[in-house]
Amino acid sequence: MKNKIPVAILSSLFALQLHAAQVTVFAAASLNESLKQIAADYEKTSGDKIIFNFAASGTLSRQIEAGAPVDIFFAADETKADALEKKGLLVSGTRKSLLGNSLVIVTPTDAAAIHSPSELTNAAVQHIALGEAKTVPCGTYAKAYLEKLQLWLAVEPKVVPCESVRAVLAAVESGNVDAGFVYKTDAAISKKVKVAYEVPAADAPKISYPLALVKDAPQSEAAKRFITYLDSDAASAVFKQFGFIVLSSPPAK
Amino acid sequence: MSSAEWQLVGFSLRMALASLLLILPVGLALAWWLARKDWRGKALVETLVSLPLVLPPVVTGLVLLQLFGRRGPVGSWLHTTFNYDVVFTWRAVVLALATMSLPLFVRAARTAFEEVEVKFEQIARTLGAGEWRIFFTITLPLARRGVLAGVLLAFARSLGEFGATIMVAGNIPGRTTTLPVAIYEAVQADEDNHAWVLAMVSAGVAFAAVYASEKLSRRR
Repeated sequence: MKNKIPVAILSSLFALQLHAAQVTVFAAASLNESLKQIAADYEKTSGDKIIFNFAASGTLSRQIEAGAPVDIFFAADETKADALEKKGLLVSGTRKSLLGNSLVIVTPTDAAAIHSPSELTNAAVQHIALGEAKTVPCGTYAKAYLEKLQLWLAVEPKVVPCESVRAVLAAVESGNVDAGFVYKTDAAISKKVKVAYEVPAADAPKISYPLALVKDAPQSEAAKRFITYLDSDAASAVFKQFGFIVLSSPPAK
Repeated sequence: MSSAEWQLVGFSLRMALASLLLILPVGLALAWWLARKDWRGKALVETLVSLPLVLPPVVTGLVLLQLFGRRGPVGSWLHTTFNYDVVFTWRAVVLALATMSLPLFVRAARTAFEEVEVKFEQIARTLGAGEWRIFFTITLPLARRGVLAGVLLAFARSLGEFGATIMVAGNIPGRTTTLPVAIYEAVQADEDNHAWVLAMVSAGVAFAAVYASEKLSRRR
């Protein structure tokens, strides 16, 4: 009767799966704290379980392309959802732009202050952390912004590309870089950085977070329920509390 | 291959060579010391030297980052005294590669030294040769195959290093990006063809280095 214990474990695993759906959400790194809080509230009322994979939106879209078992894609950049949609990997009609955000320049708390983006070209600023522009939306936005200001060529040699917006935040927190571009919501959760400059919405590229159901989602029904919840007043309140701009109001049905 | 790809390969080779130059004196001294001497705490040194072989490379990277970061004990000293930054520069690449490949070199060189008969060294000593002369005219020449195999292994390991490098040196195109990091980056950015070109180059160099190292250590 050696097999008794593994069998018991296996059957309990299956039993778990039968009762509560496990919804897998691939979400932009900047959504970490807010989504976890929303999911914790949601799990209490729904009985479903939400599992997250937080990373750069570009990294996540590659993983979805490679066939990762995902239910919901929640990116920080519309182009990342466009790419998946074009390949037929998102369920049409489920996509909506839920959130907005703003870009800020942060510096370590003990560093000399910076008051404008043009000061990034000063000699005292040696390293500037930015999300890797191809995969990290925050980096894509920051690069576009600096290009618009015609500062990119001067700043580029100082850029330390990071693999997610949270890696940028960590690099600034550690003091190993002199400045970095993150979202306002990221700066708000860190005590080790200060906001040196907030990019006015008019100057920045439009920052928009798309959300969609992934094709072949293993738990599509439960996932749809969670997508609806993410657009609810309760979820919006949490997003706002973390500093996000809530774009779409709950649709009147 | 594009010129950017050639540049990348050239940079990676230069970094691997620089790390070899760094570990050669240290590694030879350590290997000889471990092969010829016995002292209290020798096992501790042996373990520490070999640790990067089995530790997750990102852990080694983390330790280096803490030490050499601008707020780390070594990094802050270098920064305030010489305005010299290590982290996120090519120096960090060399540091990471050297730390990760040192154990391979030390293990190979130590075995090579241990296989040199102590008798020869003793004879040289009775004839009045100093320790340095013995090392360079007897021990090292007799151990040359094993030492060279170690050099090649360390070199190949350097070219493949990813985890520690990305922790301390990051991924700055043209300045800290090495082959493996560029491959990872290319896959993330949906540039599979680019990734495959670089992967083939890596495989080619690694194959040549390990093949040569095997040949050297087998023909005794």
